[in-house]
Amino acid sequence: MTTIVTDNCKSCRFTDCVTVCPVACFHFDDEMLYIDPDVCIDCSACIPECPVQAIFEDDDIVAEGKEEWIAINAERAPDLPVCDEQMDPLPGAEERKTELGF
Amino acid sequence: MAQLGSEQNPLRVAIVGSGPSGFYAAEALIKSDIDIKVDMLERLPSPYGLVRSGVAPDHPKLKQAILLYDKIAQSPEFNLIANITVGKDISVDELRDSHHAIIFTCGAESDRRLGIPGEDLAGSYTATEFVAWYNGHPDYRDRQFDLSNEVAVIIGQGNVAADVARILSKTVDELKHTDIAEHALDVLAESKIKDIYVIGRRGPAQAKFTPKELREFGELEHCDAVVDSTELELNKASHIELEEKSNIGSKKIYDLFQKYSSRAISGPASSRKARRCHFQFLRSPVELLGDSKLERVRIEHNQLSGDPFKQSARGSGKFYELETGILFRSIGYRGIPMQGVPFHDGWGVFPNDDGRITENDEIVPQFYTAGWIKRGPSGIIGTNRACSVATVNSLLADLDTLDSGDQKAGAETLYSLLDSRNVRYINYQEWKSIDATEVERGQAKGKPREKITYVKEMLELLN
Repeated sequence: MTTIVTDNCKSCRFTDCVTVCPVACFHFDDEMLYIDPDVCIDCSACIPECPVQAIFEDDDIVAEGKEEWIAINAERAPDLPVCDEQMDPLPGAEERKTELGF
Repeated sequence: MAQLGSEQNPLRVAIVGSGPSGFYAAEALIKSDIDIKVDMLERLPSPYGLVRSGVAPDHPKLKQAILLYDKIAQSPEFNLIANITVGKDISVDELRDSHHAIIFTCGAESDRRLGIPGEDLAGSYTATEFVAWYNGHPDYRDRQFDLSNEVAVIIGQGNVAADVARILSKTVDELKHTDIAEHALDVLAESKIKDIYVIGRRGPAQAKFTPKELREFGELEHCDAVVDSTELELNKASHIELEEKSNIGSKKIYDLFQKYSSRAISGPASSRKARRCHFQFLRSPVELLGDSKLERVRIEHNQLSGDPFKQSARGSGKFYELETGILFRSIGYRGIPMQGVPFHDGWGVFPNDDGRITENDEIVPQFYTAGWIKRGPSGIIGTNRACSVATVNSLLADLDTLDSGDQKAGAETLYSLLDSRNVRYINYQEWKSIDATEVERGQAKGKPREKITYVKEMLELLN
């Protein structure tokens, strides 16, 4: 079991999720956030916070056809800096949100 | 005198309560740019609040939040003073003298009541006391729960109701390798409960479970989740609610109810599991009946009215009775007042403005609050992090007004008061030694820990 950030975060990176993470398991690069599955405690607090619904429990991720993101999160997160405070969204995030239908 | 928040004159903050909100407040204070000393005060010898005594024993991963709290507690700026009761061993006024600011993070320690006749009959309990009991909270150690009736009723459809239902649904074999308290495991082993009714006043589209909690009911070894498909018919407003894209959590919950309703449980008895957990909607208990103890609950069917997302339940005038011997109410928590601190009786919280405690809309100097006692009992562990950070931001913005012009001695003042009153307080290192004993005792039984459930026994370990 783990919780996963998927492609909707790309070019948005709103970071509302990190403010409610009880264990600071989010990491970031220039594009998006990733969850470190070894630190995440699967509380799901972040899931409803995401304005573009980029975060899924792995129970749901298969139905979404986004299984590849499980490995991407696990591989990328540990080497990237932690994000535990809200950052400004990426430039163009609002436009992308609209594009994604949110 | 040196500026407040400097090395020579650190900002001294007392945090009352050591649950998640308290630790996230401590974390935010320690991360700030100024010099800070945090003294966290806890009523029990053990810290971590509801992560220790609320989170269900079969959810060990959630308890790993403690790893972060342990890291915070190791900071040189942090100090735990446990086994002391604010209002009894130390007064709120004394904290005002010893510290520049006080953050109350004492949670919501009481339950909302149903307000119906018979509520206090033997056999009618609060979910809180049952949860605290199976989690080994010392205040609830000697409670008795009679699980000899085949029917149990739980009022409420949030995650606490789900926890209680799941613990009653599981067999001892499913629980014995968790950190559930031994005394609870012994009583659950004798449980005769076969049917558990989880009753909500509104409909399946308004149930407050998280999808993850509800999903677990589909995976229990010896208990079927039961939902009657006729109960899943929705009115127009509920349809609109579920179609709303941001309401995806409720949609997932509704889909799970549908899945449970379509599972055939009417097949041969041999294919059915020993227990059943029934999710029922649009019903409210109106009276608990019985001579000396609970025997029946009188229930009224409800109807929803109102706009989408603002629907309320109203009695339909149609009643029936359900035979049961045990009922748990799980319809929300409320905070309890503390002497010397303003309290909003209607909401059960400390009234506040962005975390600054207020009295008659005036800010009370030095007093702050975070967590459930600040905003009411909503959200999960992580929700409190954002809440505590907001309160600490308010506090740090008030730095100038918190400077009383004289140095505060912080914990030193408290220690001398406690010593003069013969109060045996416990520091974090001492707690860690109790913790190590619990883990050791658990190992012998294949459990992550065996909690020590009497304060006296914890203290004896230290002496």
